[in-house]
Amino acid sequence: MAEFEPRIVAFLCHWCTYTGADLAGTTRQQYPPNIRIIHLMCSGAVDSIYVLKALIDGADGVLIGGCHPGDCHYQTGNFKARRRVAILKGILQQMGFTENRVWLKWISASEGKLFADTVTKMVEELKKMGPNPMKQLWNA
Amino acid sequence: MAKKAAVKVKEGRIEEAIIGFLKSLLERGVVEAMVIPKALPSQDGFVQTLIRDPEKLNGACVLSPTMPVQSARVISNLTVKNLGKKVAAILKPCEIRAAVELAKFLQVKLDNLYVIGIDCPGTFEVTDYAKMAQEGKGGESLTKEFLKGMEKGEIPPPSGYVFRTACQMCEYPVVDSTLRVSQADVIIKLFGYKTDQEIGIEIGDKLEKEVEEKGILSFADNEPASRNEVVNKVIAERTKKRDALFQEFKGVVKNLQTFLDRFSTCVRCHNCMVACPICYCKECVFRTAVFEHDGDQFLRWADRKGGIRMPPDTLIFHLIRMSHMVTSCIGCGLCDSACPSRLPVATLFRSVGDRIQKMFQYVPGRNVEEVPPVASFKEDELKIESGAL
Repeated sequence: MAEFEPRIVAFLCHWCTYTGADLAGTTRQQYPPNIRIIHLMCSGAVDSIYVLKALIDGADGVLIGGCHPGDCHYQTGNFKARRRVAILKGILQQMGFTENRVWLKWISASEGKLFADTVTKMVEELKKMGPNPMKQLWNA
Repeated sequence: MAKKAAVKVKEGRIEEAIIGFLKSLLERGVVEAMVIPKALPSQDGFVQTLIRDPEKLNGACVLSPTMPVQSARVISNLTVKNLGKKVAAILKPCEIRAAVELAKFLQVKLDNLYVIGIDCPGTFEVTDYAKMAQEGKGGESLTKEFLKGMEKGEIPPPSGYVFRTACQMCEYPVVDSTLRVSQADVIIKLFGYKTDQEIGIEIGDKLEKEVEEKGILSFADNEPASRNEVVNKVIAERTKKRDALFQEFKGVVKNLQTFLDRFSTCVRCHNCMVACPICYCKECVFRTAVFEHDGDQFLRWADRKGGIRMPPDTLIFHLIRMSHMVTSCIGCGLCDSACPSRLPVATLFRSVGDRIQKMFQYVPGRNVEEVPPVASFKEDELKIESGAL
């Protein structure tokens, strides 16, 4: 049987992590192709709805990438994203979904290598975890 | 500092004593109208009323045993746009706490509103009370039992009936600056008082001078020693019940699959959202184009899993509603009461809310000056980038 290949949906902010991902490409960093990137203006624009929708409808992991604290192009979007993600993760944990499938990472426009490393690590971890049980819930 | 007073009760007519005090506020122009619960002519239910004529306060029920709507909603309607006159509202602790949360979201304006809080023995489901009334177990005799029981904090519901689950597990039975909730201008205190002789009244800074000058009350710093003891006892009992319900819930909801099993009878009516005082958004995201999709999109989703439940997004509905408002959930339990499938929505929200509120050391409804966690942040907090939490 072919090895399980996790599918990651990534919400990346325009100013930092998306540009960082671009840099990873132009500098020919190698990273696994398991990631589908959605380009947003700010990590603060990620509502938990989209994270959950991804997890329920087929993603094994969700990566949210934003600027480092203090570097947000809109001043505070990443701080708000952090609270939102913390709340979502707290809710999921209280309801028994304890697997760490939602990652929030600060990756700047100059950190192409960090982006590649993050994706590589996330794929490794998700492979260990196996397929996301949430995506199998047809009655969700 | 709030000023304390006691109102004497004549011939055991407790309600009349309270109404008499409220009447004097209206008659002497401290306020020009009052929001207060009153029995419907059918006598099998209570509603909030807005009263201008002091005489109409006769027969009002300060301790209404039902909560058909969250009065914070009523207060929001009343105050949010152009309320030029001073209005008082008699509210239960959970209604005050909801109003405080709504004030933070600019859905309640406290400028011309005087909040009168009252100790709460608990409430019944509207349908239960209607039945009770038919069986002759409601009305004045019930209120009398309540008031008598509050002296010792022992309030047995009529046989065959129970308080709403949310009330059984509510650890905020009183409005009390020293104990729990702080935002009230007047507090009517019943727990721990020999209610057939006297009841306690506390007047906050905003009104204290006017109440004294107009001769409505004379202050004396007396409070029966039993007050704290009884309140603490009631809080302890309810906290115990709360923890037991949390434990039970955790036993049933072990993961998302078992959650869906427990909530299998959810019919997606969104009643819990409609009844919730905190869910104030004029246009809820669940009713926007975010949840409208192309037919082909539904097919793609169905394709992936072989088939999907329609309409989809039941799990998302509950999880997202929580992620949007659970930090402000004050546990009034109207979601429970509104659920046609009698699902334990309130226990779910309380259980999850407990965890999330603790995460931000946030107590919803405590103080209008506090900023809700979803509307603020700290630069140095929540180290979750590493995947921890």
